Amino acid sequence: MANRSYKKMKIIDSAVSYMLLILLFAFFLFPLIYMISTSLNPNETDILKKMASAEAFVPSQISLDNYFDVFDRMPFSRFMFNSILIVSTTVICGLFINSMLAFGLARFNFKGRNFLVALIVALMIIPFEAVAIPLLWITNSFGWLDTYHIQIIPFIANPFYIFLFYQFFIQFPKALEEAALIDGAGWFKIYWKVALPLSKPIMASVAILHFLMQWGFYLWPLMVTRGPDYRPLPVSMNVFFGQYPRNWGDIMAFASMMTIPVLLLFVFLQRQFINSAKTSGVK
Amino acid sequence: MLLNRKHRAALLFILPGIIMLTIFIIFPFFMSFGLSFTNQRLISKLPTKFIGFENYERLFGDKVFIQSLLNNFLFAVIVVPIQTSLALGMAMLVNKKIKGVKIFRTVYFMPTVTTMAVVAVIWSFLYNPEGLINNFFHTISFGNWTTVDFLNDPLWAFPSIMLLSIWQGAGFQMLIFLAGLQEIPYSLYEAATIDGAGSWKKFTNITLPQLKNTTSFVLISTTILALRLFDQVQIMTNGGPRNATMTVILHLYNSGFQKQKVGYASAMTVVFFLIVLGISIFQRMILKEEREA
Repeated sequence: MANRSYKKMKIIDSAVSYMLLILLFAFFLFPLIYMISTSLNPNETDILKKMASAEAFVPSQISLDNYFDVFDRMPFSRFMFNSILIVSTTVICGLFINSMLAFGLARFNFKGRNFLVALIVALMIIPFEAVAIPLLWITNSFGWLDTYHIQIIPFIANPFYIFLFYQFFIQFPKALEEAALIDGAGWFKIYWKVALPLSKPIMASVAILHFLMQWGFYLWPLMVTRGPDYRPLPVSMNVFFGQYPRNWGDIMAFASMMTIPVLLLFVFLQRQFINSAKTSGVK
Repeated sequence: MLLNRKHRAALLFILPGIIMLTIFIIFPFFMSFGLSFTNQRLISKLPTKFIGFENYERLFGDKVFIQSLLNNFLFAVIVVPIQTSLALGMAMLVNKKIKGVKIFRTVYFMPTVTTMAVVAVIWSFLYNPEGLINNFFHTISFGNWTTVDFLNDPLWAFPSIMLLSIWQGAGFQMLIFLAGLQEIPYSLYEAATIDGAGSWKKFTNITLPQLKNTTSFVLISTTILALRLFDQVQIMTNGGPRNATMTVILHLYNSGFQKQKVGYASAMTVVFFLIVLGISIFQRMILKEEREA
């Protein structure tokens, strides 16, 4: 008797859970489906006619016309190239610079070491917006406006990623490097051959967080790029969005080309993405 | 300078990073304090002049600034509790051992990997007066809904921005909660079941207290994100209509970049930073109390 009511409860519980799960599923997915289906509809009048109904989610006609339009109307491949170049350079340089600094702080004992660790922790509090305007003034006086490096160099070193590496490196047993030192390995070799290979999971997390931040970065490139030459995708998207009359099919094609590769990357590297989100919670 | 080999090695490891942090974070950070007492402009032939607290005086008489501060706080007060409880609910749902849960988790996280500029553009289309959202309300109210031009209506514009911000941000926090949930020892729940505790009791007596640190982290980081609100308002409404969606960072961008008033914008930067600092110190205090208790 008691067992039966327990079973009943369990069925009700999972039924309610599934209902909520599906409701949330629809809420989080519908704008993305809407984006893709609109981007595949070559007929702008048809898009506007159906935009408010469920029909908007199933294009009556599928074509890549809007995608070709995007390439015809603007140097889209240049924007894509700019974004990929800026993001990959920043992330790769960041991995080395940040992990090296963390390694230096975690594995050496020198005067001022504790001060530097405290400084890094304090710097984590400063949001980018709190340095944006003076940084604009400084980089402008360097003559860096409208270049790639103004979008790369200031964003390589990052206190939070240094801290994540530091927390990881400080846990290594001393014996690990002592053995290597006795074998005659130099410090750089220990960093390169021992520390980095062991820190692959943390490197993946840092790379993903850094990638997401840089890929979507909007405020800074909005201020420091003038023409299309060095402009990354998010700012280009907004410039295009601001041109009237708006062609929603083309806009959604642009948005899809910017989003689908990252979504695919996420689906394939899901475990790493989830870990990176989790690590960001250990502040 | 006499340095032994070990110290030289340490220096080589830390120097590149320390130099970059100094030039691109520490220096501009202190610079903003200095610049806030001057009339510095981005490009100007006039010499820079020290003007004392004039920028700060003007800042607190600036109606747009006051409005943006209020907007940011309103955003935090509404979005933080909703987004946090939604994220917790989602985390509890995807933590259940039922079939297909991974697919749901994947989809909930998708908006987070979608760039805000893209999110803003998609939702602008959805918010169109003849768009999907108006039609949705029209349908569920059996035709009693009067069409709203969401992004151009002073009453609706800000709530509209809030909704898409929650849509984009909840997935990330769900994962942080999920990590917290998975650390709660299962034995606690088993013991409670034996004691005859119901689901709600378990939630209030085990889940919530065990998640205290996670929750305070999520609350504080969402609050700080709310203060940094920029991308979506710049793209969708540019602060309008009638400053209904103006935010501190958008005002900062308009003054420091568009109007090139670097000195004035620096004063705003300082005030913005002090608020963020206050919230961060508050967080450390809570966590410290937690550890000592």
